[in-house]
Amino acid sequence: METLSNEKVTEDMIPQDITQPLPLTDDFVPGESNFIQVQDFKFFYGKKQALHGINLEIPSRKVTAFIGPSGCGKSTLLRNFNRMNELIPGVRHEGDITIHGTSIYDPSVEIIALRRRIGMVFQKSNPFPMSIYENIVYPLRIAGQKNRAVLDETVERCLRSAALWEEVKDRLNESALGLSGGQMQRLCIARAVASRPEILLMDEPCSALDPIATAKVEELIIELKKDFTILIVTHNMQQASRVSELTAFFYLGNLVEFDSTRKIFTNPAKKQTEEYITGRFG
Amino acid sequence: MGVASIPVGPESPIQREYRPRTDFFKGICWLASLLTVLLLVCILLEVFSKAWPAIHRFGFGFITGVQWSPNREVFGVLPVLIGTGISSLLALLFALPLGLAIALFLSEDFLPAPIRQVIRFVIELLAAIPSVVYGLWGIFVVVPLVQQYGGILADKLGFLPIFQGPAYGNSLLTASIVLALMVLPTITAISRSTLVTVPYALREGSYALGATRWETILGVILPTAAPGIVASSILAFGRAMGETMAVAMLIGNSQRLSWSFLAPSNTLSALLANQFAEADGIQVNALMYAAALLVLMTLCVNIAGEAILRHTQKTTAGLR
Amino acid sequence: MSKNSAPVPQNFFTTGGKQTSPLRLLRNRLLTALCIVLSLLTLVPLLSIIILLLRNGLPLLGADLFTQLPPAPGQDGGGFGNAIVGTLVMVGIALIFSVPLGILSAVYINEYAPTSKLAAAVRFVAKLLTGIPSIICGVFAFAAVVMTTHQFSALAGGVALSILILPTILLTSEQALMGVAYAYREASFGVGATPFQTIWRIVLPEALPAMMTGVMLAVARASGETAPVLFTALFSYNWIHSLMEPTASLSVLIYNFASLPYSHHISMAWAASLVLVILVTIVNVSAQFIFRPRHR
Repeated sequence: METLSNEKVTEDMIPQDITQPLPLTDDFVPGESNFIQVQDFKFFYGKKQALHGINLEIPSRKVTAFIGPSGCGKSTLLRNFNRMNELIPGVRHEGDITIHGTSIYDPSVEIIALRRRIGMVFQKSNPFPMSIYENIVYPLRIAGQKNRAVLDETVERCLRSAALWEEVKDRLNESALGLSGGQMQRLCIARAVASRPEILLMDEPCSALDPIATAKVEELIIELKKDFTILIVTHNMQQASRVSELTAFFYLGNLVEFDSTRKIFTNPAKKQTEEYITGRFG
Repeated sequence: MGVASIPVGPESPIQREYRPRTDFFKGICWLASLLTVLLLVCILLEVFSKAWPAIHRFGFGFITGVQWSPNREVFGVLPVLIGTGISSLLALLFALPLGLAIALFLSEDFLPAPIRQVIRFVIELLAAIPSVVYGLWGIFVVVPLVQQYGGILADKLGFLPIFQGPAYGNSLLTASIVLALMVLPTITAISRSTLVTVPYALREGSYALGATRWETILGVILPTAAPGIVASSILAFGRAMGETMAVAMLIGNSQRLSWSFLAPSNTLSALLANQFAEADGIQVNALMYAAALLVLMTLCVNIAGEAILRHTQKTTAGLR
Repeated sequence: MSKNSAPVPQNFFTTGGKQTSPLRLLRNRLLTALCIVLSLLTLVPLLSIIILLLRNGLPLLGADLFTQLPPAPGQDGGGFGNAIVGTLVMVGIALIFSVPLGILSAVYINEYAPTSKLAAAVRFVAKLLTGIPSIICGVFAFAAVVMTTHQFSALAGGVALSILILPTILLTSEQALMGVAYAYREASFGVGATPFQTIWRIVLPEALPAMMTGVMLAVARASGETAPVLFTALFSYNWIHSLMEPTASLSVLIYNFASLPYSHHISMAWAASLVLVILVTIVNVSAQFIFRPRHR
């Protein structure tokens, strides 16, 4: 199981007036080109090395796609941004990942706090066995938010963002497990944006969905990128070319090429990229 | 610095930044786990420490002695050990064919599913009946039967030491019969689950070669399931050794060493059940010594049975 | 001149006119018949038990049975109200000890530290404890409680029963926790919940029905046990006043009365057996049905 950092959050990190909601960080301006930086990052599952020295600079408020054949490490890298890989025993890393200048491995950073500030959508939708309402307010409840008005407002906001509001607004108290596959995944997206994170991590969000549901989710992603920095792992190259502005191609744990989506798909610089794009392997 | 520099959207509804607090619940759960482990240690310690005065005084002679006289402070459990072993063995002998037949019946489709459900229900009911009720039933049904037919057995086959008369109602045989009934559900349940996990491919292969159903069962399925069935037998043996009440009510509680199944006998657990309440002084320690022996025997048998069962599950997993 | 006497055509599927040997088929049928007969044979003892329970126990069934105290040897009438109460009290004590211990240990070994040495030790110990004869639970409670308090007591009986059911509750709780989909935990950690929040808000509520089933099954088992309470709680012909004195229980009553030479007491034993079997069956059956998962 994971180990929590033993360092305490120091006084100057706590907003002075703790009844006020957290503001945007003062000096964060959407449109930062090195919002997320991956610096010579290596990752190991026990003895097996999954990532070999990744270097990446991801800008904010854009959709960046990670593509590559199975086992190339794209999901592994994605799950490192909110340190979800540390739920697995025996993993370790070398190198660094920074967000807006702060290393996520900095001793002053609590994993729990980190995860509350980053949203994640998983491959197979995993709503909690609770009502739709409770699913969405779960991230707020665990952070101590009890104000009914805030919770209600959040539910409506999130379901609207996920284009689910009209479909479920009359059955918010029904079990989330009664929704269709596509609806469940959109619910998970709604849950992921409940705490207003800046960054949204999506790990093959459409791979378990039928084409119609997939199309709806892709529409959603294009809408969401106005307000979020989105990183999406996909094995569907057409999807990557439809929704993303930047694409990173991985192979066997190495970053082969990272460029604008248009360039990657029309005129890739590396031969390996071209072979993958044209379907010669993977 | 720190996590606060990772931005969130305007007016994020998270009010406070996360403040790590000690997880008291984890501590409580850890304590519970520790207490559970210590419990076993305590049990072993208590039993062996209270047994020690008797171990010290009687040593190995306790196990080989045949006299049990609390008044004269002479304690020997050989007849009791033999009674424990033989009653459990006999129970297994009776229960194994029956249990195997039922397990086969439940895993094959000789008869339609509703009938199989009924039999399964019957087995579950048998397993749920308390030991003391088995004892009560045994007194009024099995004892007269054994007395009657045991008499006939003693007449015809009395030259054999195991069938030497007179045929008491409360005897080793009576207890063994009821014990067999009580361990039947164990054998059935474990054997059935072993039979069911024999890969279908093996069955298919045998039928494809033109074998009849029973040739398949005897030639392919049973051999594959054999380790699991052996494990179920060992575990059933362990349970029979530990069974107390029905045995205490039916076995006659005699400390005399006898070779006949039709004579009264005793088992370790029945000895404890009968004598503990009124024991004092060194007798208590002697009983604790007997209890320690029972613990050791059942632990060994259970560990062996579990090990074989786990081994079986691994090997059939490889076949799938 | 009959068409039926035409020779069997020889082709790939007939081996020179020979069919499967009738001996093989006969053996097949015999073995099947044997199997069925043996299986149906198991109905016999069960039917015998049920018939005797009903025949000997039913006549005595009445309100008196549950409100009166046991008759002294030789007397008539009476009931076993105190025995029922005693059984319930001791099972209650057993639950107080073993339910928290079992469930919290299961949470530790499945959620907090599944790969730790302590978890491995707990699993090993639980397996061993399931194999301990019930009489040893009584022996331990005798040594630990009766000998130290110089007193036979309901408490000692309850302690013995708690040791008996602890491994069952622990193992079924562990199974219940394992049955909760990992996806829920992953989703919870993904939004930044602490392990405690994940366990408390998601995992435990989801596992609770299966845990309660396990507890009920343990209750059914403990109610019927005699050996653990035989020389710890002894017996009593009175209503229970305090936990530190001996108390009656249904199982010990059956055991004691079964060996008395009075036919009334033997009938009482049958009646008590009937009540006990009904009680145990009801608890077992309802355990399977009451606690069904909620969100299916």
